[in-house]
Amino acid sequence: MQKKIIKFSIILLIIFIIGVFFIGLNKNSIYDTKDLVGQKITNIQLKHFSEDIIITEKDFKKNDFTLINFWASWCGPCRDEHPLLLELKKEKKLKLLGVNFKDKKVNAIGFLNDLGNPYDDLAKDELGKLSVNFGIYGIPESILINKDLEILKKFIGPISKDDYKYIINIVRK
Amino acid sequence: MRVKIIFFFVILNLNMANAETNSIDINKILKNLRCLICQGQSVADSNSEFAQTIKLVVKDQIDDGKSEKQIYKFLIEKYGEWIVYKPPFNKVNFVLWLFPYLTFVIGGVIIFLFMKKRDNH
Repeated sequence: MQKKIIKFSIILLIIFIIGVFFIGLNKNSIYDTKDLVGQKITNIQLKHFSEDIIITEKDFKKNDFTLINFWASWCGPCRDEHPLLLELKKEKKLKLLGVNFKDKKVNAIGFLNDLGNPYDDLAKDELGKLSVNFGIYGIPESILINKDLEILKKFIGPISKDDYKYIINIVRK
Repeated sequence: MRVKIIFFFVILNLNMANAETNSIDINKILKNLRCLICQGQSVADSNSEFAQTIKLVVKDQIDDGKSEKQIYKFLIEKYGEWIVYKPPFNKVNFVLWLFPYLTFVIGGVIIFLFMKKRDNH
């Protein structure tokens, strides 16, 4: 009887260890932000780019949809997504908020003068600390939120054509 | 006199113990935070843009009087559990925390039964 219990326990232990390894090795360990989708953004305080005012979540509630785009003049991929942002500017139900990330004001203004300004509003985050509230870990990154401040989608890296279509579909629904 | 000296040292010790529990070790927190854009580096070890920003945020939160737990909670809310090396005890991770103890107990039972069996022979 004891022998059976020992055998059974050992087999159970081996199955358990194999199970843990199997699940662990199949799990994707690359960081993604799927957990953020559905969360509400709170306690947002962003400094306006040129005026002495603070942009808060109350400002987002005025819009049906807001795309918060984190960018900088020194960021190469930000140039790639810029034409698509200019296209998105044409959408009536969508407002674009640009957050200038760890950048020099002169360079940022130069960037917008050269490529066009797609943003309805512009904020700045000189030290990058405010962007932590949005779960940002690199730029460009964009967050699509609705009127209820719920995160609908987070785009890591430059907005692609597929992302553009995805945003259009949601906004035009 | 002797009683006064003992009393003095007891008070001093209590104060020092209190001071230790109240102060937060920023390095301990940074070492437990994963640099999300690095390969196997903690925020403490990395000098990347992301790590530098997180260092500033953690410092700010300590200055604001937040506890170690509150700082982890804030960062987990923003970046998910992946950002901490030491996963929190919850319904998803409970096996991870209990498994070593379970193995210890089961192992003990097996050894006990094995020894008992040997004694009987």
